[in-house]
Amino acid sequence: MKRTDLRKILIIGSGPIVIGQGCEFDYSGVQAVKALKSLGYEVVLVNSNPATVMTDPDRADRTYVEPLTADYLHEVIRRERPDAILPTLGGQTALNLAMELDKRGVLKRYRVELIGAKAEAIERAEDRNLFKEAMRDIGLDLPRSGSAHSLAEAEAIARTIGSWPLIVRPGFTLGGTGGGIAHDAEEFARIVSGGLEASLNHEVLVEESLIGWKEYEMEVMRDKAGNAVIVCSIENMDPMGVHTGDSITVAPILTLTDREYQEMRDDSIKVLEKIGIETGGSNVQWAVNPKDGRRIIIEMNPRVSRSSALASKATGFPIAKIAALLAVGFTLDEITNDITGKTLACFEPSLDYVVVKIPRFAFEKFPGANQALGTQMKSVGEVMAIGRTFKQAYLKAVRSLEAPLKYHDAASYDPWFKRELDEIEEYRKFLASQKDVLTGFTRLTGLEENTNPVNPVNPVLQNEQAYLLLLQAKVFGFSDKEIAAAIGSDEIAVRNSRLALGIRPEFGEVDTCAGEFEAVTPYYYSYYGFSTGLTRFAGLTNPTNSSNLVNPVNPVKKKIMVLGGGPNRIGQGIEFDWCCCHAAFSLRKRGYEVVMVNSNPETVSTDYDTSDTLYFEPLTFEDVMEIYDREKCDGVIVQYGGQTPLNLAEKLEKAGAKIVGTSPKDIALAEDRDFFRALVAEIGMKQPASGIAHSIEDARRIAKEIGYPVLVRPSFVLGGRGMAIVYRESELDSYVSEAVAASEGKPILIDKFLEHAIELDVDAVSDGETTMIGAILEHIEAAGCHSGDAAAITPPVNLSDKTLAEVKRYTEIFAKRLNVVGLMNLQLAVKDGEIWMIEVNPRASRTVPFVSKATGIPLADLGALAMVGEKLPVSHSPFPIPHSPNYYCVKEAVFPYVKFPGAKITLSPEMKSTGEVMAIDPDRFGAYYKSQVACGSPLPKSGNVFLSVRDDDKPHVAELAAKLKELGYGICATLGTSTYLWNHGIEARAVFRISRGRPNAIDLIRKGEIQWVVNTSESDGEASGDSVKMRSSAVASGIPVTTTLAGFAAAVAGLAETRVEDAVYSLQEYLRPMRASADAAMS
Amino acid sequence: MESGKGKKFMNYSEKWKAERERKAYLALDDGTVFHGVAFGAKKDALGEVVFNTGMSGYQEILTDPSYAGQFVTLTTAEVGDYGINPEDIESRGLFLSGLVIGDLTEPSNWRSEKSLDGYLKESGVPGIYGVDTRTLTIHLREHGNEKAYLHVEDGDMREEDAVAKAREWEGLDGQDYAAKVTCAEAYEFNQAIKQSNNQAIPHIVCYDFGVKTNILRSLASWARVTVVPAKTPAEEVLKMNPDGVFLSNGPADPAAVTYAIENIRKLLSSECRSGGVGECRSDGVENSPTHNSPTHPLPIMGICLGHQLLSLACGAKTGRLKFGHHGCNHPVKNLATGHVEITSQNHNFAVLPETVPDCLEVTHINLNDNSIEGVRHKTLPAFSVQYHPESCPGPHDSSYLFNQFREMLLTVQNV
Repeated sequence: MKRTDLRKILIIGSGPIVIGQGCEFDYSGVQAVKALKSLGYEVVLVNSNPATVMTDPDRADRTYVEPLTADYLHEVIRRERPDAILPTLGGQTALNLAMELDKRGVLKRYRVELIGAKAEAIERAEDRNLFKEAMRDIGLDLPRSGSAHSLAEAEAIARTIGSWPLIVRPGFTLGGTGGGIAHDAEEFARIVSGGLEASLNHEVLVEESLIGWKEYEMEVMRDKAGNAVIVCSIENMDPMGVHTGDSITVAPILTLTDREYQEMRDDSIKVLEKIGIETGGSNVQWAVNPKDGRRIIIEMNPRVSRSSALASKATGFPIAKIAALLAVGFTLDEITNDITGKTLACFEPSLDYVVVKIPRFAFEKFPGANQALGTQMKSVGEVMAIGRTFKQAYLKAVRSLEAPLKYHDAASYDPWFKRELDEIEEYRKFLASQKDVLTGFTRLTGLEENTNPVNPVNPVLQNEQAYLLLLQAKVFGFSDKEIAAAIGSDEIAVRNSRLALGIRPEFGEVDTCAGEFEAVTPYYYSYYGFSTGLTRFAGLTNPTNSSNLVNPVNPVKKKIMVLGGGPNRIGQGIEFDWCCCHAAFSLRKRGYEVVMVNSNPETVSTDYDTSDTLYFEPLTFEDVMEIYDREKCDGVIVQYGGQTPLNLAEKLEKAGAKIVGTSPKDIALAEDRDFFRALVAEIGMKQPASGIAHSIEDARRIAKEIGYPVLVRPSFVLGGRGMAIVYRESELDSYVSEAVAASEGKPILIDKFLEHAIELDVDAVSDGETTMIGAILEHIEAAGCHSGDAAAITPPVNLSDKTLAEVKRYTEIFAKRLNVVGLMNLQLAVKDGEIWMIEVNPRASRTVPFVSKATGIPLADLGALAMVGEKLPVSHSPFPIPHSPNYYCVKEAVFPYVKFPGAKITLSPEMKSTGEVMAIDPDRFGAYYKSQVACGSPLPKSGNVFLSVRDDDKPHVAELAAKLKELGYGICATLGTSTYLWNHGIEARAVFRISRGRPNAIDLIRKGEIQWVVNTSESDGEASGDSVKMRSSAVASGIPVTTTLAGFAAAVAGLAETRVEDAVYSLQEYLRPMRASADAAMS
Repeated sequence: MESGKGKKFMNYSEKWKAERERKAYLALDDGTVFHGVAFGAKKDALGEVVFNTGMSGYQEILTDPSYAGQFVTLTTAEVGDYGINPEDIESRGLFLSGLVIGDLTEPSNWRSEKSLDGYLKESGVPGIYGVDTRTLTIHLREHGNEKAYLHVEDGDMREEDAVAKAREWEGLDGQDYAAKVTCAEAYEFNQAIKQSNNQAIPHIVCYDFGVKTNILRSLASWARVTVVPAKTPAEEVLKMNPDGVFLSNGPADPAAVTYAIENIRKLLSSECRSGGVGECRSDGVENSPTHNSPTHPLPIMGICLGHQLLSLACGAKTGRLKFGHHGCNHPVKNLATGHVEITSQNHNFAVLPETVPDCLEVTHINLNDNSIEGVRHKTLPAFSVQYHPESCPGPHDSSYLFNQFREMLLTVQNV
């Protein structure tokens, strides 16, 4: 029963998207907020991530977009006095914060109860030793291990364990150095000796290696009455040793017998009981020896996890929602299963399909980083696919990745799967393993032998064998494109033949019950069935099932398809999913029926109740078009899901789909360099001089003509070699020689780089006539840093009214000239009062959710309505010019460097951040300061600052250093910088450059004598090598690193302005004045 | 062992060619025909089509005698992934009519010794794969279980003829299949028991209507078990001096097993002596005046068909469910504790709620459809459940019921 002693519940979000903590926690937060509010609870939410649906001001009663630290949470609790905190839905971040609040006594002082998981239970699950002890108590097997203080002791332990390899972990080291995997006695002796030396307490842990064992997961839900169910079982195709987040995983478990499965089930439930998880969901991980079945407990997460999000999407069982309900007193048998509408949540979903998840990596963004997969998660996103066989699901997942794979060429898979195929094959060959599938491709010789069976005019088609062959290829899971590759045809030809033959997909439902009960929530996947194909060929009518019937067409309602963004990757993430969700929300509110297509299991867009109909399908032309035809949509939105759907637009249009909003032709024009230059010139706007170089000589000449620094990029990007800013000819030479080599003679684009210009992002919406600006964002870093990586502030602080009016005018002109219907983003630079055009993107931008949070203007909602023909509310248009609220919003990027040791840590024109935070404060510097706290690198309030700046920056740095001195900081600097500072009367401790001697910055970082590193690097040469080392070591030690002068300046100002007591206010309070007019605009 | 290191990967060209030549179909009596590829034994068969939604346990399902006379459709997408091992066997053979699946795969499991295909071949059971089992399942959900003819043999057969054969078949209603699958003669099923305090080991006589081995394993962990053929008269059972009688699971229609109902009635009215040493008489009268230990009613436990038979013996009626319960995920509420068990189920017939006599109390209900899942006699030591606490396949949540039976034995003896 619902607990009536609680009134107000605080939910902690997971903050910015980082590797290992993605947008799955937005999905879980949204479900929880919805569930608790529907029960009448007052919900308070804290999350610093503006790109989340959960932080939309109409979700929770009070939404605090504040840094996720115990200090800020303390403030929120003091202000809101919640009765309880639900900490299990915001990932590890929320769980850790709850524990810290408990340890600090905040919970006790304000009488706040932890619901979902108690502090003791969290402790028992998270503390390695307590966990092991608890597991031993209930008789579970653990890896054999022991700790040693000498080599002799270690060797004794090794003998007891009795098998290689062994894992050696030194106790108490800085940065986890000194351990390793020993494959024989000799290696063991070496690693143990090194480990003992590295360990501060001269201790090493020697442990049996489970590398290569099979890995399984079970998602368990338990209620306060002790009822427990397994929502989903997951089998990892990658063995132990590869982080589950980086593993290809399959649901349900396929290679365990019932006996093995049920024993694992019993033990998983026992683990929850023992740890003390009274209510909610947990993930329990197991390792199984593939040789003898010995099973070992690995860990359990006492919270909703990445795997739970996958499990929810894979089964239709809304784990987060149910976890929230259980936390407030319900039992599983009191909750209805939303999918069937009849049966109860107290059951175990039965799957009549196979689900495959494949991670997506972004190594191309981090040259120099170690790409081997291991226990540290490195993937930035994932895809999920559903099929009626493993092969179908696997091949669908592969094509959902949007990776440039050559279907006949196994080697082309390597960079995308990052696996030593031969070595791992043994553990993943349980079905058609990757290699098997590849072999399948190359063995499509049957198709080839039949001359050209997919040519509808070929008489061979009358042949049943040929028909069956094509059917078999589709049933196997091959796409039209893959079949085309196998027989040397093209996708459209294969598709046309297939349509002529009547080979079309069936659609299955994700219904939690394998068809046993009728489902009421339409949630589909496609498949090709052998039996239906055979029947059809025989000229007979197929048996139909209700899930194969499209929802009865509502003659009044128009049906709009929204294409999602596919897997998260750097540059295309949660922000676009947020836009897709808002398209669905606003269109549904206006009476449209929304069909959502996406392949990303982490998202809110793939939640079963975001759209009217959900298709969990790859975003490829073939898959999307089949859905479009089946649903008989009235239009499709392609401009909200990032580049993925945009790439499909032209083909979809050709095949008869109606693209609503800005036409694919106009979108393409905006990207056409020549057209765009001419347009900008015609409008009379300034644009950076540029040229195209085909050789080093060309490049030198052009660069000299337009003047350094210049922005260079290959016209045809290969292997992620991206843009760069070069300041002198020597840099240009090395860049060009590399780029020319990488791009096989393709030309290089060179643009004048506007140094020390202010860069602006403008987000606007247009209905074709009226154009409305959502906000103008002023970058804090100078132009040249990718807008996705730059910190930005709104409203702008350094622009004159005249400039703002100009920006507005240009925005309107471009909207008109590019026939924009929907969203549009402009990137501009302002230098010496003049506005320069950088680029225009007539589509949703990454900053749309931030803008909507900052101003209350529902840009994405308005854009979707404009696309289906509604007019923007001209009369109400309350935002002709960005208003000047009495608060400032700062967006700051979050980087994954800590996961990629060795990678260059520098802001450049190539985007590298995985996520962002937002900070709001009445004071602009206060907002910047908060943003640094929120993104996890809070600026120190005291201590030493290390300065190493390039020559160009030196004139500006003296003033800032003086200010820091005034605030009580100590200054350390490299010889060059410190000399400069001394000359300007600022005392600074000089240290060597890393390559020159010791003590250097790294020594000071290790000794804890530096609290903040400011390093504006050179892009090549010795200084650059030093920068990589210094920044990496700072990042590894958790010390903030500032890499631009502008960022440094903002930070110093922020530190000077920061009040000791940081006040917090909810988004609803900030937005109240704005919301009234926004609501009027929407109604 | 992980078989096949260095094994050559499948040549799909050949595999597909072979599949194109092994066409098979399942014809339902309503005229619906499902096409697919033949595997297992090349032998046409007749049966009733049921679906099972469990995601693991095909080997246990194949060897469960309760499926006699049925084509089992497994809704799970892949079948064969963990092969066949020598341990997970639930009876002396395969009694089902045939297996209907979506995709047939090769084994990968350290216990696997043969493939599913090979196992069906050597057991003489036909199978068909490539069937859209989801469509078939929804068809059965909407139309109820149907009689069917499976054509897998070489040579063409007209679909109309197959449908006609399905229609002509007598079906399972009113059929006594227990008699077909029960053991030929009584036997002992014993295994090592951890004995404490020299406590006497109780003796249980188990009626075999198609008993699953894990029921016997569960009982034999604390009792001496004698398994008797389905038609063994009550008098003969009593002569064996049981401390309790167990009524097993089994196939087909409970109402057709009239002799068992009769025998159970007799057993319900029997008395037996404590300690497993007393003699029992069906009329409840002491036949040995020299023996003065007290007598008490005979404890009885039933599972599945055994549950239906016990209920029938007490005066309830049974009827057919539209498409039965077959799977491993059915929530059953224990009304005494309020606890929900996730259960293993396999039945088409059920005790009709409105016919439950006064002497019986409903102890368990199915939360999906509120059907009766367990009953207990109000005055006698007898209880039964519709589902499968012995699991195999399925969750172990309900294994406590065997302990409950043991407690019952001890309690009646100590009264």
